[in-house]
Amino acid sequence: MEFEAVVGMEVHVEINSKSKVFCGCSGNFHAAPNTNVCPVCLGMPGVLPVLNVDMVNKSVAVGLALNCTISRWSKLDRKNYFYPDMAKNYQISQYDLPLCQNGWIDIEVDGQTKRIGITRAHIEEDTARNTHTIGGNQSGVDFNRSGLPLLEIVTEPDIRSAKEALAYLTALKQMLQYLDVSDCNMEEGSLRAEANISVRPVGQEKFGTKTEVKNVASFSGVHKAIEFEIARHIKLINSGGKVVQETRGWDADRGITVPQRLKESAHDYRYFPEPDLVPIVVDEAWEQRIRESLPELPAARRSRMGTQYGLSAYDANVITLSQDTANYYEQVVAAGADAKKAANWLMVELQSLLSAAKQDIRDCRVSPADLAALVGLIESGAINGKMGKDVIAEMFETGKATQDIVNEQGLSQITDTGEIEAIIRQVLADNPAQVEQFRSGKDKVFGFLVGQVMRATQGKANPALLNDLLRRELSRQEN
Amino acid sequence: MSKITKQDVEYVAGLAQLRLDDAAKERLVREMGDILAYMDQLNELDTSNVEPMMHAMEMTNVFRQDVVEPSLPREEALMNAPVHDGEYFIVPRILEGDAS
Ligand SMILES: [Zn+2]
Repeated sequence: MEFEAVVGMEVHVEINSKSKVFCGCSGNFHAAPNTNVCPVCLGMPGVLPVLNVDMVNKSVAVGLALNCTISRWSKLDRKNYFYPDMAKNYQISQYDLPLCQNGWIDIEVDGQTKRIGITRAHIEEDTARNTHTIGGNQSGVDFNRSGLPLLEIVTEPDIRSAKEALAYLTALKQMLQYLDVSDCNMEEGSLRAEANISVRPVGQEKFGTKTEVKNVASFSGVHKAIEFEIARHIKLINSGGKVVQETRGWDADRGITVPQRLKESAHDYRYFPEPDLVPIVVDEAWEQRIRESLPELPAARRSRMGTQYGLSAYDANVITLSQDTANYYEQVVAAGADAKKAANWLMVELQSLLSAAKQDIRDCRVSPADLAALVGLIESGAINGKMGKDVIAEMFETGKATQDIVNEQGLSQITDTGEIEAIIRQVLADNPAQVEQFRSGKDKVFGFLVGQVMRATQGKANPALLNDLLRRELSRQEN
Repeated sequence: MSKITKQDVEYVAGLAQLRLDDAAKERLVREMGDILAYMDQLNELDTSNVEPMMHAMEMTNVFRQDVVEPSLPREEALMNAPVHDGEYFIVPRILEGDAS
């Protein structure tokens, strides 16, 4: 039997407001444990939470970017459960009237565009963090994370493979970074993804029994965990077994999912309206203000830059992956570089230097103007491509200007006809046997002679010019 | 007519982590039943022309600006904890990944 997978994703994103969502404590969770805490985020009785307006603005911005309907009227609810990460025994969240609903995002898989439905995006507060286990039987709890603004984004069960799930996360992260609402660092937990996974025979309408996978700390982990889970379901069903509805954790070391023991009655949260917080009313004017403040979003930028600079779909995609890279590229072109060549130098040479140094393009010492100058020098023939690679590596290392490096290292190509001709005559005189072979029709020897001249010039001869001059000299000597 | 059973009371008590003796359970069966009976009475009214009330407060949009305010000194934050180590609140071991 052939199966297809049905996957829905739930992503929790920590929004980068300066303060927490219901109190004025700092949102910086790198601080020493339990130093960004107050009676509100410690869950003391009798305190009054007040909603951070920055969270509403940023949540609406995300909702609009994800093509959601923004609720004119929405409210906060209490989700009740007992757990040490939630001191007041309820989490403030949104239940039946979330701020954003019914949106979509387009993802790219194997060159095909696919639309993934967004069910909802709602406001909630993050929980505290247990950071270490003391002596095996105890945990330490740090409330710095308690009350950080959290946006939960839920998809429709539209995802059909691990690959699509990865593409969805990539597109979502790109969108969130363009909006500058989160640093989306999965390792640090500012973006957390959970997947609901089931399989069904191809052609069957009804969903199979689903499992939920949590605890995945990287994008590649999500891909592997979903792939593993789909295969596990299919194997179970094919061998006559049944999938059990449960929550499973991803064990990255062993590369498998394992069942998680859950608190009892975890699914009866007895939601009710949070009486301490008043409803949120986002009227048309407010929504419009946020809409107008949105930056150019990834899809729009990709298509504009593709047209404006004549980039291939692939190139436009790579360059607009991050806003910083797209900005850098546009500055290189604005500084006068050829658009196509600038794209190549950015995507291949500069990108590999950045990856090797694990550096962000924002901190790159090669300025856009320098990269433009380099592209210009290569185009004019002043240096060749191979030298260009050395120059960009040197610029990357030292931050020196392009022309300075070229001058210092005497890297300029020899474009002086007389100088190259003199070397060619010397090489031909030194290799009479090869010249003879060439004359008797062995064309391959031509490459050998080019190589000899190149070596004599330490690779600095302009290759096109060298080819011309060598052919001319060979035929001149023959006559 | 809604009916509350002893099992319902025990289930809700379990969710709220309350330990109840038999007398309390019997009393709550009666009291919760009375509340639901009152709801049934309200349900008899025709409310088709009444705006649903989603929240007890008439006020909307009360916000704070995104400004960082001083937090508590850590000694004060930890002061009431039954167990702490000067940095963390100490609790019985938390199962991995068990957060909501
Ligand atoms: Zn606080």
